[in-house]
Amino acid sequence: MPRSTYQRLLGLIGKLAVVLILGFLVLPAVVVTIAAFNDKAILSFPPQAWSWRWFAKAIAYQDFRDGFRNGLIVTAWSSTIALVIGAMFAFALHRYRFRFKKTLEAVLLSPLVIPHFTVGLGFLILAAQIGWNRSYAVVIACHVVLVLPFVLRSVYVSLRNLDQSYERAAASLGASPLRVLVTITLPLLVPGLVSGWLFAAMLSFNEFTASLFVTAQRTQTLPVAMYNYVREFADPSMAALSVMYIAATAALIVFANAYLGLGKVLNIEQSR
Amino acid sequence: MNKAADRGAKAPHGSIAPHAEGAVRFDAVTKRFGETTALDGVSVSIRQGEFMTLLGPSGCGKTTLLNLAAGFLGPDSGEILIAGERMNDVPTYQREIGMMFQNYALFPHMNVAGNVAYGLKVRGVSRQERDRRVEAVLALVRLTGFEDRTPRQLSGGQQQRVALARALVINPTVLLLDEPFSALDKNLRASMQVELREIQRKLNVTTIFVTHDQSEALSLSDRVAVMSEGRIRQLGTPEQIYRQPCDRFVASFVGDSNVLRGRLHSIDGTSAVIAVGIARVKVPREPLKDVAVSAAVDLFARPEHLVLTEATQPCATSGTIAAHVYQGGYVDTYIGCSDSLRDRLLVRSGGHETMARWPIGSLVGISIVTGEGVAFA
Repeated sequence: MPRSTYQRLLGLIGKLAVVLILGFLVLPAVVVTIAAFNDKAILSFPPQAWSWRWFAKAIAYQDFRDGFRNGLIVTAWSSTIALVIGAMFAFALHRYRFRFKKTLEAVLLSPLVIPHFTVGLGFLILAAQIGWNRSYAVVIACHVVLVLPFVLRSVYVSLRNLDQSYERAAASLGASPLRVLVTITLPLLVPGLVSGWLFAAMLSFNEFTASLFVTAQRTQTLPVAMYNYVREFADPSMAALSVMYIAATAALIVFANAYLGLGKVLNIEQSR
Repeated sequence: MNKAADRGAKAPHGSIAPHAEGAVRFDAVTKRFGETTALDGVSVSIRQGEFMTLLGPSGCGKTTLLNLAAGFLGPDSGEILIAGERMNDVPTYQREIGMMFQNYALFPHMNVAGNVAYGLKVRGVSRQERDRRVEAVLALVRLTGFEDRTPRQLSGGQQQRVALARALVINPTVLLLDEPFSALDKNLRASMQVELREIQRKLNVTTIFVTHDQSEALSLSDRVAVMSEGRIRQLGTPEQIYRQPCDRFVASFVGDSNVLRGRLHSIDGTSAVIAVGIARVKVPREPLKDVAVSAAVDLFARPEHLVLTEATQPCATSGTIAAHVYQGGYVDTYIGCSDSLRDRLLVRSGGHETMARWPIGSLVGISIVTGEGVAFA
């Protein structure tokens, strides 16, 4: 049966292609993970002996500890602020018709197309003018601008997926608009709000380009600290740190999947 | 009420029954969405305790009218009154309405008791009183013991009963139903309809029911308003709507009908007679009052008002049997007939002997029951 053989061959090639593509996708993570357990001080590949010591070193390194702490502070503030602002704008854009709506939308989403270094540079110049260039405020403000479009989209999509009849039903039962918002709309939006916040948090925590401009030694976030480290040293503690990054992010996604549903968290549910 | 009033979607002010008596009243209500006119000067008054159905195809304005009653939309002109009070500027949450939605809209983050108690909680009803009323209304819809279930754990019929309980527990002035049966399968639908009607009668709650399903409208309603293109075409009891449709649209939309070519044979002060073949069929005079005798008219006859006879006998018309559709209690027979305005005639007859007597392809005569059809020029 020549046709069957041909088909089988085609299927085999297809499977091989898929495996290769998937392999290519995870290759960097695999290489870094192997390097992280390398006993040697130089980033050599493949490793000769295995060890946990780079993990210990990365955790013990003061700049990384500070960077981690700074990153958490900046992330918590910026994604929370962005969530509140983004949710309010998403509401306005979804629920009301007004003049300059398109303009407002374009401005709110503009950080998507403006390069991060431009945003960072802008904030640096601004902060230097008013003498705030060493404060957390400027880093947080910068991150809010960068993650706002993502939060906005996430909440906007959740709002579009929210069936209007829930709110109408509540209103018909006598609930005032504020009561509807608090008892119906917000509880039903929780997955969208959480996913928006998580997404913003991941972006903010990993943000490097703009952070490089606006952070000082005292406020530098983890990616900036890593960059400064790699400029001077070349040992696998960077790789160890990366592995911890990957593990933490994966844990976060697994958690989000278990408690909120991954589809909702990534906002890939289809619109009605 | 006389017939003119019943059909009086556009009746002038004050000419008919006193307006104040309606539990819900729409007075010359117009609503536009951009270029399209969804409602065009609709006036209708719904009596206390009445079950009023708004029937029509999609886009006829029936849902818009319901949304205006609920306050989800505001009219461009005209007035909406509930219990004699002008509602135009009253927001939904102050209107004392109960509404059932097409998808039930049960709050997914609350259990059954939470859903039903919502309207009471909003009104600041005490916990004890709340529990008592939730229990009573759940008993009414036969859902006692389901308090702790979430909407997701309920079947379609149960969800619907929760939605009904939630709407009724607040003792609404008016109950608004937006195609509540459309998501149910046929058997469940029939039993839910009976149940809803029983409860509605028991509580004597004024009800506005929106549907595009004409059989649902006929079986449930005290009165039906047939709508199309933003207007009420006819307002009357189900029997009036079915037996004396006021125009071609109503005659075609409600129930099955055959359209036969005929001539106006005679007309007097009370009725008209249509000639189809040798048959003479008495019809209402009203739609034909401006038509000259012997002018061509179209006779609308229900499938159960056509009778199959031997082709040899002289009768109204004749045709060839195209198909029998056995429906259990009756048989639908489709007949190719040159006098029909549509391609086929539908004759509904009881018993399956019809199928044995006239096999497919055989020639049959068709006679018409007099006094049951309507005709339009």
